[in-house]
Amino acid sequence: MIKGIIVSAALSVIACVSVNAQAPSKAAMAKGKELYTQYCLTCHQPDGEGVPNLNPPLIKTSYTVGDKTKLITWVLSGTTDKKEIDGQFYSNNMPPQNYLKDEEISAVLTYIRNSFGNKASAVSAAEVKKVRATVK
Amino acid sequence: MLISTALFSSFACSAKPDSTAAANHPAAVKADADNAGLTLPKGFGALKVTDAYKGARHIVVTPQGDIYVKLSGLKDGKGVYLLHDANGDGKADEQTGFANYGGTGVAIKDGYLYASSNTDVYRYKLDADNKVTNPDAPEKIITGLIDRHQHESKSIALDDAGNIYVNIGAYSNSCQEKDRSTGSLGRKPCPILDSAGGIWQFKADKLNQTYGDGVRYATGLRNVVGLDWNKTTNTLFVMQHGRDGLHDLFPSMFDTKQSAELPSECMYELKQGVNAGWPYIYYDQIQKKKILAPEYGGDGKKTGGEDAIDPTVAFPGHLAPNALLFYTGSMFPEKYKNGAFVAFHGSWNRAPEPQKGYFVVFVPFKDGKPSGDWEVFADGFAGGPEFISPGKAKHRPTGLAQGPDGSLYVSDDSGGTIYRIIYNK
Repeated sequence: MIKGIIVSAALSVIACVSVNAQAPSKAAMAKGKELYTQYCLTCHQPDGEGVPNLNPPLIKTSYTVGDKTKLITWVLSGTTDKKEIDGQFYSNNMPPQNYLKDEEISAVLTYIRNSFGNKASAVSAAEVKKVRATVK
Repeated sequence: MLISTALFSSFACSAKPDSTAAANHPAAVKADADNAGLTLPKGFGALKVTDAYKGARHIVVTPQGDIYVKLSGLKDGKGVYLLHDANGDGKADEQTGFANYGGTGVAIKDGYLYASSNTDVYRYKLDADNKVTNPDAPEKIITGLIDRHQHESKSIALDDAGNIYVNIGAYSNSCQEKDRSTGSLGRKPCPILDSAGGIWQFKADKLNQTYGDGVRYATGLRNVVGLDWNKTTNTLFVMQHGRDGLHDLFPSMFDTKQSAELPSECMYELKQGVNAGWPYIYYDQIQKKKILAPEYGGDGKKTGGEDAIDPTVAFPGHLAPNALLFYTGSMFPEKYKNGAFVAFHGSWNRAPEPQKGYFVVFVPFKDGKPSGDWEVFADGFAGGPEFISPGKAKHRPTGLAQGPDGSLYVSDDSGGTIYRIIYNK
């Protein structure tokens, strides 16, 4: 009986910890990897290193692991401007990825924020939906 | 003040007879023990002239054996450096920086040094030792060229009739309505071609020329970084960077393997007024045909471009040819005379297939036409098979130049190395 209480207490602690850290689920990561391979990999490369001067890396850049709204906006809108990322400029255009569903963008962004050495909070479909409403 | 002092000291040095030892006694130059990490054909060796010029784009070597290197950005505020070898060991030991702009192109012709930013072309008067006399006050000969980030570098070449040729790359992959977007169709006619996607000809000695003063010499070229004037044929040869993303943009027509190999990176011989076909067609080196681009109704099989020229040489896809040089020296064996060296920066658009390139190839020429298949001449720049990737490669060949003794120089914008390849007779 006591043992049972301890076990369930321990379990709820684990549950709490994982909720607080917003650790991505295995399913979300698997879905994210699949989407990354299909839509992102050619430019950003299999290991997220990008292409020097052309396509930005996804490894620990302020855009990748930083503010989620900025990241979601970039992915939805793409860019044809020469924007600075952590002191570097990249020549190629990023096509808008707004044809992807909220759940898909959530999965792929959660994947890149937790791959290639990155460790950052998951991106939810609700967050994507909210940003999409503000993007033309 | 510092610059003029530095310049003055290099003038002073060049007056000493021993300062030109590198040019007068090529035997004094020895290859590095490891051939600077390169793999070369039998009898060749290589040394590192310097490894301090990250962003080294194109290079040119003077008759005195000095090197001008154009940097993509600024190093200590300067975008062009003159490298001098004072003791004749082949290693640069004096340098002078000038030019407050980054860029790619650099060339020497008839007493002037020409250098380009991504929008303008400048020239500097050279003295008898081929040192610039007006480092802070160049003449701006061409201005206002399009730079919309993509394919923005302006490469240059000069002919023997007072003309300069400038590449103006297309600010697009394949002239889609939405650049690099899956399934987006091509704009027809492609509006980019009026001011980019070709080679423009200007006068080498006229100030402040822009589009209206120049001639669109050749069109339908997506992006050219490597180009050279061939003195045998008296024509301009260029290397085109072919379009990206056949699979990513039209996944139902091309698989990833086809998309890695296609389209060809083409060498073209340009005569005035020709069209190489971009964006409407691409060259398929396997079918040996000009193929209608999928953005314009193609399916990987339909041919097109009846008015477009055929390539002189068709290389595999995405290798990124960044320099072209016709070898006129006499240091290398006879087979190399008048042949073409091409520096391939190395691919990225082959993913998820393995990347390729990161080497210098040779194409033998006879009477102005290729006389055999291309072959890899210098390899190993990346640092080993595990480094064959754009982000991991230690060195990426970017520029080529011929020295007065017939040495072949290769610049590398990734590691900042300038290599000198010699033949040990």
